[in-house]
Amino acid sequence: MPKYKDIKKVLVIGSGPIIIGQAAEFDYAGTQACRELKKEGLEVVLINSNPATIMTDKNMADKIYIEPLTVETVKKIINIEKPDSILPNLGGQTGLNLAMELEESGFLKEKKVKLLGTGVDGIRNAEDRQCFKDMMEAINEPCIASKVVHTVEDAVEFTREIGLPVIIRPAYTLGGTGGGIAYTMEELEEIAGSGIRMSRVNEILVEKCITGWKEIEFEVMRDRKGNAITICSMENVDPVGVHTGDSIVVAPAQTLSNKEFTMLKKSALKIIEALKIEGGCNVQFALHPTSFEYAVIEVNPRVSRSSALASKATGYPIAKVASKIALGYTLDEIRNEVTGKTYACFEPAIDYVVVKVPKWPFKKFLTANRTLGTQMKATGEVMSIATNLEAGLMKAIRSLEENVEYLKLDKLTELEKSEVEERLRIVDNERLFVIAEAIRKEIAVERICEITKIDRLFVGVIYKLVKMEKELELNQMNSKMLEKAKKMGFTDKIIAKLSGKKEEEIKKLREKNNIVASFKVVDTCAAEFEAKTPYYYSSYDDGCEAKKSNKKKVMVLGSGPIRIGQGIEFDYCSVHGVWALKKQGYETIIVNNNPETVSTDFDIADKLYFEPLTREDVENIVNVEKPDGAIVQFGGQTAIKLTKDLTEMGIKIMGTQEVDMDRAEDRKEFDEALNNCGILRPKGSTIFTVEEAKDVANRLGYPVLVRPSYVLGGQGMAIAYDDKEIENYVNEINTIEQEHPILVDKYILGREVEVDAICDGQDILIPGIMEHLERAGVHSGDSISVYPTQNVSKEHEKKIIEYTEKIAKELNVIGILNIQFIISEGEVYIIEVNPRSSRTVPYISKVTNLPMIDIATKVILGQKLKDLGYGTGLYKKSDYICVKMPVFSFEKIKNADTSLGPEMKSTGEVLGVSKKFENAVLKAFIASGANVSKKGSILITVRDKDKEEMLPMAKKFKEKGFEIYATYGTSKFLEENGVASTMIEKLWEGKNSIIDLIESGKINFVVNTPTKGKQSNRDGFKIRRMAVECKIPCFTSLDTVNALYKAIENDVEEKDLEPVNITKI
Amino acid sequence: MVGYLVLENGEIFEGDRIGYNSDTACEVVFNTSMVGYIETLTDPSYYGQGIVMTYPLIGNYGVMPEDYESDGIFAKAVFVHEVAEFESNFRSKFNFDKFLRDYKIPGLTNVNTRKLVRVLRDSGTMKGYLTSNISNIDEIMKKIKDYHVGKAVDKVSSNQVKVYGRGKNKKVAVVDYGVEHNLINSLLKRDCEVTVFPANTTADRILAMKPDGIMLSNGPGDPADYDTQIRVVKKLYDSNIPILGIAFGHQLMGLANNFKIGKLKYGHRGPNHPVKDLKQDIVHITNQNHGYYIIGESIDKKIAEVSHVNLNDGTVEGLRYKNKKVFTIQFYPEDADYIYDEFIEMMK
Repeated sequence: MPKYKDIKKVLVIGSGPIIIGQAAEFDYAGTQACRELKKEGLEVVLINSNPATIMTDKNMADKIYIEPLTVETVKKIINIEKPDSILPNLGGQTGLNLAMELEESGFLKEKKVKLLGTGVDGIRNAEDRQCFKDMMEAINEPCIASKVVHTVEDAVEFTREIGLPVIIRPAYTLGGTGGGIAYTMEELEEIAGSGIRMSRVNEILVEKCITGWKEIEFEVMRDRKGNAITICSMENVDPVGVHTGDSIVVAPAQTLSNKEFTMLKKSALKIIEALKIEGGCNVQFALHPTSFEYAVIEVNPRVSRSSALASKATGYPIAKVASKIALGYTLDEIRNEVTGKTYACFEPAIDYVVVKVPKWPFKKFLTANRTLGTQMKATGEVMSIATNLEAGLMKAIRSLEENVEYLKLDKLTELEKSEVEERLRIVDNERLFVIAEAIRKEIAVERICEITKIDRLFVGVIYKLVKMEKELELNQMNSKMLEKAKKMGFTDKIIAKLSGKKEEEIKKLREKNNIVASFKVVDTCAAEFEAKTPYYYSSYDDGCEAKKSNKKKVMVLGSGPIRIGQGIEFDYCSVHGVWALKKQGYETIIVNNNPETVSTDFDIADKLYFEPLTREDVENIVNVEKPDGAIVQFGGQTAIKLTKDLTEMGIKIMGTQEVDMDRAEDRKEFDEALNNCGILRPKGSTIFTVEEAKDVANRLGYPVLVRPSYVLGGQGMAIAYDDKEIENYVNEINTIEQEHPILVDKYILGREVEVDAICDGQDILIPGIMEHLERAGVHSGDSISVYPTQNVSKEHEKKIIEYTEKIAKELNVIGILNIQFIISEGEVYIIEVNPRSSRTVPYISKVTNLPMIDIATKVILGQKLKDLGYGTGLYKKSDYICVKMPVFSFEKIKNADTSLGPEMKSTGEVLGVSKKFENAVLKAFIASGANVSKKGSILITVRDKDKEEMLPMAKKFKEKGFEIYATYGTSKFLEENGVASTMIEKLWEGKNSIIDLIESGKINFVVNTPTKGKQSNRDGFKIRRMAVECKIPCFTSLDTVNALYKAIENDVEEKDLEPVNITKI
Repeated sequence: MVGYLVLENGEIFEGDRIGYNSDTACEVVFNTSMVGYIETLTDPSYYGQGIVMTYPLIGNYGVMPEDYESDGIFAKAVFVHEVAEFESNFRSKFNFDKFLRDYKIPGLTNVNTRKLVRVLRDSGTMKGYLTSNISNIDEIMKKIKDYHVGKAVDKVSSNQVKVYGRGKNKKVAVVDYGVEHNLINSLLKRDCEVTVFPANTTADRILAMKPDGIMLSNGPGDPADYDTQIRVVKKLYDSNIPILGIAFGHQLMGLANNFKIGKLKYGHRGPNHPVKDLKQDIVHITNQNHGYYIIGESIDKKIAEVSHVNLNDGTVEGLRYKNKKVFTIQFYPEDADYIYDEFIEMMK
């Protein structure tokens, strides 16, 4: 029972879709919170628009609403459910903002709903720039000279006062959206302008730039009685100037003496006392590198990305404890679950170091600006635990899965020393490698520190690693040197490469000299107390603390960092896999390296190994644990990639076997498999060179689809319309060495349909068939997906079921598989089979009420579908229509092209659920943040071949009363066909320019279909970027526009939409 | 050069030598601080001990003598996982190795400190011997057996009376059993005049200066070894002058009132010990360094009441003496400096 006796029913607000700046960490926090609330016997009501989350699972809450996270919707849910309280501080900025809006409007008071955790004043004092500054002044804590302004003019005036450079920070935005550093007055005007637009309250903070200062963070907690503790300090390797989400971060802080450390710690504790925080809080400081001068940068009165990192770094479950505090418990009453002996009221002592490295999406966005600044660009992150910083960094780098295992990028080696020195000035995603190259080129450590402002201790880490490389290159291999290299985190593969030996030789030499990985425990107390948590990391010190048990055990490979194409869905699958295995009586071992996830919470699996997902790292664990089998089909491509290695280690792959997985991927074998089943697929061929590609393309006839094999999220995939484009794309793909051939297929324009299924070798079970609203050619992850299908005939549906069964059996699938179909001109084609879990598994499981992973796990363990009580074949259709809609983070990545194509670009998704299709679509659009107002203006600029198709839509919008703006060609075409529009010049300056129009804010959305090519200097590209930067939706597929029209055409408005409790579906 | 730590139970830990090149016996204890190695090593209460640092990277921010807690290192040896090669801090004057050499302290680096700590945690604090030569184990074991920290207080206490500050607020007498600078500084910050007396000063001598209050400082070793000091403390107790006892001073006051002292299995050494102030009902995270403690059951409730307890193991962390202006704490009050304010208040 909670301490506050009047709490019986709690509403938890989630954080919505995954976007840059708000990722899986809030699913982790929310899931911990929900579990804790349920444990306390409370009724939990949950709202989150993101269907891929674990927190929206049926066992997580009593009532679950996958609904738009808007004030309107939350109000409706409060009216229906009548909760007595809201837990707002675990759903990121989204959750907190919503709760504050509800509070400020007086709604919560009216409905007698209590805000749990930190009070309204505390939140306001932390969140509102001016309140925060006033409060800091009142308690005598230094802030940076700054001023809140609402106009560009005021920003300019204040900057004249304090001098350039200045930093612009918009109020109430995620991950610092729209902010930046201005070095000139021109830049100031530009950044201030966009910042004001992006802010919910049109407010920005102009502040003195302190770029180059140390950036230190403290995770602190406080309870209602005033007990306050520091969980963890963190130091950004990249000094102030780079968003902490884009910085390499180490924990604990490394370069602070006790005096500085204590000074900042006391400041953090003083601040949370002043704010009367009840729960977790993050305080960010800037510390002058050569004095005791410091400034408080920011306070987040909620759990955050940093608190997820701090939780995983220390083993201290911040979200769980924060939830208990919200219920009235105090820190001295809450047990430390790690030791079982001590209390939550203590400060973790750690005896290792933690390194976090961001994962950026630049490979997806070739045109994007890769410089790092105050706008976060990373989609995810990896964390590593090691006994020294060198090994920590090496482990983190290989966890990124960028095909880089040490600090060397070949393209940098060709640069001259002077060029490298110049490159040091550029702050981008390759900085780490540039520093290593600088050291190789013998640029002095001091010089590097001077240019980069990175602390000597950290540059020293890179120096030591490069020195080790040289040692390996120059000296005869011996056991002493080998041990040293292993302790610094070098893999056998890299040691072999540097020393000119074979990997196998290094491994043998290691084993002969007993240089083997041993595992240590993350115990919150530096071994002072015996720990109960089986949370391990590897080191090359002896004294392995992990012990193999006698139980039957299965290893589940996780999915690594969140990236476009492999997101939170796979963590959902891994976690459910673990739970299902546990239920079946197996001991579970999870391996993963993503600190934001639920799977890396220490109480999910029986054993957690926080390690890179590479062959060698996994083998180290296998050597200790000797699992009876491994499941790879839940962890996305990351886990799948390890299948061959695990097989070679003699570990049984549970479920679909490696050879069959290969058959689904290998072009020739896959063709054969489809042939055997009599299933059609678009004609195509494999090629290696441009010439071959052109031959094939001309034989098939343009357009063709070009893509590398074995990729995720359609990386490098493109539709080519002529020889020139083929050349471009193939060359682009070949910039990275290709182990496998490139695929060239006939592009079939048709309706795309997707199926997730389970196969036990005899029968299949399909929870539901999903239909994509965008035609083939837009990546399935970027398409609006509808369940159940709305436009698929009975006959085709039958064929889809038949094909699914045939191919599943042909490929000997045991467990889960995902198939993409195209229906075109009466034919059903299969374009892709993935014998693994997919992006749509969480969503389809929820809306069909079929626990896919649980069933798949049982099947993998040998049970038969017909015995499991869900039947076989296609499961009964739901009465509800569910529309899954992609969400993008384009505004975060400057110069990323927003046009949709075969390469996936969305970072997250939302779901709209209703009994009526139109309403479901409307909900999904609202949840995705689109403007669905029934009047206004739209800007249309489409390529010639789309004009015909655009016409009826334009007509419809016009009839609805929308004003239409169009560029010359489009406008002319519309006029000729009887649709009046205002012509707008493709001008980039002056009155009546496109910029002017888009900036004016009167456009609801832009329709722009991209012309050929990927060049970023085209008008279309500029229009799309402009729209994105002005927060105006820009649709690049006419099918999306059509769907939006359906939502708008509908008489129903947001206020009329009924929330659906999905536990009742 | 390779060096070894031989433990009393025969286990041997290997490492590379740092600091001064000498062999020494010591009582092996561990400290869990993640920052503050300078303050830890210069804490006189570590007299006679070999300190194992659980945090694996030591020396990151170099060494700044202005941060010393006393006039040197009183520990016998130090054992660390890794010493920073690229230390970095704007105040750093020299590196960790020189720090040890300056005070002729030997040490080992590249030690598997976590494994060592687990041994100490499970078997309790042990004696050990640091050497580069383990050819004659029997002799080493004998040296270990013969080693006693002994009357450490005499070694770390100042040998003359010193006066600090000219504060107008209160005149405080500090009995120095191995006092840390920050204790004195905290009083100076509160505008006190502080007179520091050597540990062997008589009660009469202290009382002769007519102090407004007396502070019994921290210090090393087993307080039960110090009969003379216990008698002095009893006299001071009877004088009705306000007294604040800290750590060792807290234990002496307990012994002066016939409470019993016990030895903790592996001590409280680190900056993260939760201590609950029972009156405030608030937990303070405190820095601690002690191996002995006052046994709760031995406290005569007529004489004193428990004011603070350790949240982890329930041991006594503070006592308030009844009908006396006397209170004592087991922890260092630097992160709970309201203790000093209470002391000042008491002297009014």
